[in-house]
Amino acid sequence: MKNIDWRYVLRLGLIAGVVVAYVSAIGVLVTFNSRSIVAGVLTLGQLILYIAPLWAGYLVGKKVLADGGSYLESLLSGLGVGVLSMVPVLGLIILPHALLPNLRRIFVNISPDLITLLTFQQESLLSGSLLLVGLMTALGLVGSATHLIPTQVRRPLAIALLWVVLVGMFSELLIQILRPLNRTLVTTFFQGNALKSNIALALFAITAALNWIVTSQRETVKTQIKQLPSDYQKGLYIASLVLVFILFMLLPRVVGSFLSEVLVNVGLYILMGLGLNIAIGLAGLLDLGYVTNFAIGAYIMGVLTSTSSLGRGQLSFWVVIPICIVSAMITGFLLALPVLRMRGDYLAITTLGFGEIIRLLALSDWLRPLIGGAQGIVFIPKPAIFDFVFGTSSQLYYIVFFGCLLVLFVSVRLNNSRTGRQWMALREDEDAAKAMGIDTIQTKLLAFTLSAASGGLAGAIFASKLGTIFPNSFDLLVSINVLALIIVGGMGSIPGIMVGALVLIGLPELLREFAEYRLLAYGVLLIVMMLARPEGLIPSEIRQRELHDEEVISTVENPSA
Amino acid sequence: MTDNILVAEQVTKRFGGLVAIKDLTFAIPRQSIVSIIGPNGAGKTTFFNCITGFYTIDEGEMVFDGIRLNGREANQITRLGIARTFQNIRLFSNMTAIENIMVGQEPHLTSTWLGAIIGTPFSRREEVDAEQEARRLLRFVGLAGKGDAMARNLSYGDQRRLEIARALGSKPKLLLLDEPTAGMNPKETAETTQFIRHLRDELGITILLIEHDMRVVMGISEQVTVLDYGEKIAEGKPAEIQSNPRVIEAYLGRGAAASATINTAA
Repeated sequence: MKNIDWRYVLRLGLIAGVVVAYVSAIGVLVTFNSRSIVAGVLTLGQLILYIAPLWAGYLVGKKVLADGGSYLESLLSGLGVGVLSMVPVLGLIILPHALLPNLRRIFVNISPDLITLLTFQQESLLSGSLLLVGLMTALGLVGSATHLIPTQVRRPLAIALLWVVLVGMFSELLIQILRPLNRTLVTTFFQGNALKSNIALALFAITAALNWIVTSQRETVKTQIKQLPSDYQKGLYIASLVLVFILFMLLPRVVGSFLSEVLVNVGLYILMGLGLNIAIGLAGLLDLGYVTNFAIGAYIMGVLTSTSSLGRGQLSFWVVIPICIVSAMITGFLLALPVLRMRGDYLAITTLGFGEIIRLLALSDWLRPLIGGAQGIVFIPKPAIFDFVFGTSSQLYYIVFFGCLLVLFVSVRLNNSRTGRQWMALREDEDAAKAMGIDTIQTKLLAFTLSAASGGLAGAIFASKLGTIFPNSFDLLVSINVLALIIVGGMGSIPGIMVGALVLIGLPELLREFAEYRLLAYGVLLIVMMLARPEGLIPSEIRQRELHDEEVISTVENPSA
Repeated sequence: MTDNILVAEQVTKRFGGLVAIKDLTFAIPRQSIVSIIGPNGAGKTTFFNCITGFYTIDEGEMVFDGIRLNGREANQITRLGIARTFQNIRLFSNMTAIENIMVGQEPHLTSTWLGAIIGTPFSRREEVDAEQEARRLLRFVGLAGKGDAMARNLSYGDQRRLEIARALGSKPKLLLLDEPTAGMNPKETAETTQFIRHLRDELGITILLIEHDMRVVMGISEQVTVLDYGEKIAEGKPAEIQSNPRVIEAYLGRGAAASATINTAA
C-alpha cells in the first residue's frame, strides 16, 4: 500500500464528487438528461454523472502505476476515488431530505427530478442511494482498471466509445439527414431520438475495429506512399484535395438546412479566426476588439444595400463586399495608429475599449440617422447573381465556403513569406526585430490592417445573411469567441482555427437547448485546455515544441553564465 | 579620416541625472577588430545601444561611413550596414535557425505582402535565394544541418553562432558583438576567438567587441578602449592597456577579487 499517495486519492475523489454535486446543483444534469444517447440505457446527464469518477479513477490509477505501485494498488486507489467521489453527491441527496428542507429555496435546481435521476428512479431513497454509491465506486474502479488493458487496445476502445456517444448525442440530426434517404434505416438504427442499444454495441465494435486497423496500418501506408515516385505523390495530394473540395461542395445538400445554418455560422467564425490569427498568432498583438471589424463590415453592407429608408445606393452585394473589406482595413489601420507603441496587456485593454466604443457608437442617437441606432438596419437583401438568390443557408454556405477558401489561401501565403517572418520576429522579440532592420511600426500597421480585412468580410456576409442588424449583435462576446477559438484550436495554427470554430461555435448550436450553460462550458473548456493542453487541439508545430520541450529548454536557458 | 568606419564625437548619454556616457570620442579604423572593456556598469552596452539607434544620444555626433547617425531609428541604422548581437542572446526562439537568418537578411529583401499573396515570380525567386543564402551562412558559422531546428532548442554555443549568422545576414560593414564568449568554456571561447578573426579576414568587415574575457580581448584586438563610469580612461594597443595604471585601478577599485591582474574580471 506504500505506493498509494492517499492525499492525492482524497483530493481527486473529492474534486470529482464536488464537480458532480456542482453540475447537479446548477441544473446541468437534469437539463442534459433530456438528451438520450442510447435508448433506455444512457442519457447525456447520466454520462456527465459517470464521467467524473471514471476520469478520477483513470488519473489516480495512472499516478499509482507511475509511482511504481502494483496493479492491485492502482485498483484499490481507484476504488477509493470512487467511494470518495460519492460523498458530496450523497450529501446533495440526503441534506434537503433530512436536515435542510429549505435548501431547495436557494438551490432551486435541487429538484425532485434531480433526486430521481441520482437515485435511478428507485422507490426508496435508501436503495437508490446505495445503487448510486455502488455504481460510482464501480466506475472509479473501472477507471483505474483501464490501465490493465494495453495501450494499443485501450485507445481504439476509448475512441469507439467517443463515437458512440457522439452519434447517440446527435441522433436527432442524423435522423433528419437519413429520413429523406431511407425510412427503414432510421427505424432500424434509432429509437425515439437515441441509438438503439444493440446498434450502439455494434457501432462500438465496428469503430473500435476500424480504429485498430487504421492505427496499425497507418505507418506501412505512409512508407508505401513515400516510396512512390514524386509525380504520383503529387497526384495523390492533388486528388485528395479535389476530393475534399467536392465533399465540402456537396455538404449542404447532404446535411440539410439546419446543419447548413450551423456551418455558415462556423464559417463566419473561421473567417474571423483566420483574420485575428494574423494579429495574435503571427504578430503577437493581443487584439481584444476584433468585433470592430465585424461591425464595420456588417454596417457598411447594411447601409449600402438596404432597401429601407436608411439604405443609401441600394448597391449589389458583390459591389459592396470589396467596399466592406477595404473599409474594415482602413478602420483597422486607423485604430492601430494610437496603439503602435503599446505592448502586451496595455494593447489588449485599449483594443477592448475600441470594441466597446464601436458598439456604443452603433447604439448612439448621434449616428441614428445614418445607421438606425437601437432599431438597427432592416431589409438587407440576400446576395444574388442575376436571378439566382442565395436565400437559404444551404445556398449562403457556398459564399462563406469560398470566402474561407480565399482567406485561407491568403493566410497560408502570408504565413510562409517575408511578411510572415517579419510578424513572427515582432512577436518573438520586438527590439531584436528592430535591430534586424524591420520597421516595426509598418509591420504592426500591416498586421492590424490585414487582420481586419477578413473580419470585414465576415461582417458583410453576416449582415446579408440575417437581413437585419442590431447593435447588440456586435458585443464583446464576438471578440471573446474569436479569441477563444484561436486558443482552443491552437495559437497560430490554421487547421486549429477550423477545429476551434467547430467546437466553440458549432457544438453549442447543435446543443441549443443547453444555451444557458454555454458560457459555463466555455469557461470549463478554457481552464481544462490551459491545464491539459495549452498548445491547443491542433497546435502549430512551433507551439507544440515550445510547450513540450521543457528538458531542452532548461538546458538552453541555464547556461553557465 | 576616411580610414575610420565609425567616428563618435564627444557623445554624451544621460538617463535622468545619471550620466551613462560622458564626452566619449572614439574612432574605429576600417577592417580592424576593436574592443571596448571596462568594469560592470561602465557604459559599454549603453554605447552599443547609442551606435545602433536604440538610445538617442543627448550630445555629440555619431558618423558611420560618412553618414550622420543622430536621429535615425534602429532599423534604419541596420540598413546602413551596422549589425549587432546581444549580450543575453536574443534570437527569435520559436522560429527555425534558417528563419532567424532570413529575418537577418531583411535589409536586402524587397518583396511585399501583395507579391507574396499573388505569388509573383520575383517574390518566389527572392524567397528561394534568401533561403539559399541563409543555408550558406549557416554552414559558414558551422551549423550546417541544424537549419530546421527551433532556435531555442540549439545548444548555448550554437545559439551564439546563430546570432552571429543572423547579424551577417544583413551583410554588415560593421559588426558589433556584445560579449560573444560570455558563458562559454575555454574550448568554446578559443573557437569563437578564432572564428571572429576569421570573420574579419574572410569577409573584410570591421568588428567592435565588448568582452570581459581578457584572453580574448588581448588575443584578437588591434585597439582596446577602456571605459569607466561612462568615460574613456585609456585607449591603445592591448599591451599598452595591460600595463596602464589607471586601468588596473579601475578594475581593482571595484572591490572585486584582490587579484593583481585583470584576468579575472567579469
